[in-house]
Amino acid sequence: MGLFNNLFGKKLPVETPLDKVQDTVSSAKEVIKTDIQKEVNMSNKVKFIIDGKECTAEKGMMLVDAAAENGVYIPVLCHMKGMIPAGSCRVCTCKINGRNMAGCTTPVDEGMKIENDTPELTELRKTIVEVLFVEGNHFCPACEKSGNCELQALGYKYQMMVPRFPYSFPPKAVEAGAGKIYLDRNRCIMCKKCIRTVHVDGKNVFAFRGRGAHLEINIDKTLAAKLTDKQAQEAMDVCPVGSILRKEKGFDEPIGTRKYDKHQIGSEIEKVS
Amino acid sequence: MEATLQKIVEKYGKDSARLMDILYDVQTEFNCVSDEAVEKIAALLNISGVDVEQTRSFYHFFTKKPAGKYAVYLNNSAVAEMMGAGEIAKAFETAAGVKFGQVTADGKIGLHYTADIGMNDQEPAALINGQVFTSLTPAKVNEIIAGIKEGKCVKDMITTYGDGVNANPLVKSMVKNNIMNNGPVLFTDYQVGAALKKVVEMGPKAVVQEVKTSGIRGRGGAGFPTGMKWDFCSQAAGAKKYVVCNADEGEPGTFKDRVLLTEKAKMMFEGMAIGGFAVGADEGVLYLRGEYRYLQAYLENCLKEMRDAKLLGNVLDKFKFDIRIQFGAGAYVCGEETGLIESIEGKRGEPRNKPPFPVQVGLYNKPTIVNNVETFCAVSKIIEKGGEWYKGMGTAESSGTKVISISGDCAKPGVYEVVWGMTLTEMLALCGADAAKTQAIQVAGPSGVCVPPSQFGRKIALEDLPTGGSMIVVGNQRNLLKDLSLNFMDFMLDESCGSCVPCRALNHIMKEKLEKILNGNGIKKDIADLEEWSNSLSKTTRCGLGQTSGNPISTTIKNFRNKYEELVKDVDYHSDFDLAASVQTSCNYVGRKPNIHH
Repeated sequence: MGLFNNLFGKKLPVETPLDKVQDTVSSAKEVIKTDIQKEVNMSNKVKFIIDGKECTAEKGMMLVDAAAENGVYIPVLCHMKGMIPAGSCRVCTCKINGRNMAGCTTPVDEGMKIENDTPELTELRKTIVEVLFVEGNHFCPACEKSGNCELQALGYKYQMMVPRFPYSFPPKAVEAGAGKIYLDRNRCIMCKKCIRTVHVDGKNVFAFRGRGAHLEINIDKTLAAKLTDKQAQEAMDVCPVGSILRKEKGFDEPIGTRKYDKHQIGSEIEKVS
Repeated sequence: MEATLQKIVEKYGKDSARLMDILYDVQTEFNCVSDEAVEKIAALLNISGVDVEQTRSFYHFFTKKPAGKYAVYLNNSAVAEMMGAGEIAKAFETAAGVKFGQVTADGKIGLHYTADIGMNDQEPAALINGQVFTSLTPAKVNEIIAGIKEGKCVKDMITTYGDGVNANPLVKSMVKNNIMNNGPVLFTDYQVGAALKKVVEMGPKAVVQEVKTSGIRGRGGAGFPTGMKWDFCSQAAGAKKYVVCNADEGEPGTFKDRVLLTEKAKMMFEGMAIGGFAVGADEGVLYLRGEYRYLQAYLENCLKEMRDAKLLGNVLDKFKFDIRIQFGAGAYVCGEETGLIESIEGKRGEPRNKPPFPVQVGLYNKPTIVNNVETFCAVSKIIEKGGEWYKGMGTAESSGTKVISISGDCAKPGVYEVVWGMTLTEMLALCGADAAKTQAIQVAGPSGVCVPPSQFGRKIALEDLPTGGSMIVVGNQRNLLKDLSLNFMDFMLDESCGSCVPCRALNHIMKEKLEKILNGNGIKKDIADLEEWSNSLSKTTRCGLGQTSGNPISTTIKNFRNKYEELVKDVDYHSDFDLAASVQTSCNYVGRKPNIHH
């Protein structure tokens, strides 16, 4: 499984596969039921219901991925299939068996009842998107990622006109001395995608610095200098916003003709069904 | 520097999982963990520099710049402020000649604020180079600074010692236990080793069953059934398992674990060994908050004595189990069990996503039980006297006793072992507080509930008012929203790991809105906004800290709405923007008076 085995980029053995842990209850008032199976059949299919629609997926698959396979779009900013789930943006919050939980960190199980497209959840998701807009400095018209930006696309999806929260206009440092990469912290939403995917010599190129409201993304300049063009491009592509950019590359594709300029985010998943 | 760093890193087997210890040693040696040190440590551990920096920058007691040869960390949590920490801060600033957040030019004295240090029963209190100074007065502060200027050793400046183990030659601390109520479980006669002798005869399954029978639920605050947790872990696959004792006790107002660690350390270690026997673990880790480092020598000695008595190590020649102590370095969120595990592994204390739970994938990804100090202590007694005996006390859902820490506006602050089910009114009488002069009780710390007098008939129990131990009595003379709610929000903001968007950013927005109201610029809609936002916050965050981080605001709106309504204006719009004040600085530069035409 290996999803939770990263210790500073080094691999640790995992003896207990993720899918052996069944229940997702942590509340004090509730009781955990676990079914520790001796044999786990990986091709186990389970049935679950999202907003009344019956879905099928492999047991243990994270809900957002399982939903996508069934043509149901659950918005995400910090998640990508196959990546260690971060569970940090919280935009994928769903109501699972009556409890609010992140869809990217909850494995599907037989009989699960999931609420996804409800006014309450839409409002929560919109709240998070708005919070992200006021927390950073997002000037879309001048951003190279405009049209390819997932945060901007969610802003459109939820018809955000102006955030309900006051802008904080925080001073943020940019990093222009990191090899082929230009790091703009003004736009960073701390999704950890770069932390989880970009490595050089088995070491993490990105990491967090600080905590709480002072949390920011940090880049190891020594390691970043070793990134190949391909790796730098991958780092830029994995960034859901315009925080990681490749130097001397940009605006190859005109704004107005980009991915989310043409289609609403999530429409590619919803088309499947 | 190079050679010293090499020595430190080698002392911990060049193991990046011991980064907390490495950084502590470096901080002690060089008075800071500089950027240069970060790079060198990274090279020695063969990990990236940003990973070392990630850990360094997460913990309050690791500093990038020198913290001062004498680093003063004054508690500025709510109760400390209520007891006069503000005056003490001024005394420190005057005597030292620098402001808080600064270090004297000669690098000798550094003044820093810190969150609750577990001394709420003897505030104002400060840590100076790890030693605790309690019940501070301006006169005492002057004495301390004079001693520092003379170059005295911090330890030598402590001349009177607290009661019990606090006076032990290995501790020599001025901290007082303030045990105000002896209960039947924890503060009672206890013979070290009796329970262990019993468990090796019982066998692991019977031990788990006995703990289940007792009905004991986690004493850290969440109240998860301990027997069930142990059962899951004992059934989890894998030969290697861990027992972790959570002694992070960071919830402002809680200090009961401090007293248990001081007076009942062996009882706790024995409980850990029992846990190890029950789930099949051979290694235990006591995760102790950095603020309690003054107990280190004593605790290490307890471990040694227990090893000598074959109560650890090769336990009674029947099973193997040993314990090491891992120190935290000032991060409340590490009290969350998975944040704690991350911290033991040398990383930032960011809570993990669940599932999987630690009983399946815990420390170093092995099945792990994480229990509170008090839980492990109680388990020793449960084994000794039986689960049925324990279950005979308390309420339907909360069996046994609870150690609570009472502080604030009462005559007898301290620790009380009480049977679950006591009402708040009874508690006030017990601690010598006048109910008529009490406007609120903050139950379970900032993440808990602010309870008004109309609800003082409620019971301290997991089914009514659950608490990990923090009980703060708030007298009528206090400004509830400013002295408590705002202080608590500052605390939550500082202590959030920052990973979840709502906890990182929404709390900040809420705190600013609370300030707006306190400044007299609030409108009615602001109250509704705060209610809505704290609701969103609780629904969308990962861990317990995040889910409850809006409670200082949401529970006071719920229970003390009139206090908010008194402050807000009944208008649709009110701007708190003061144009004249905003342009004042630039006017000063150009030597003009603001000339604004409305």
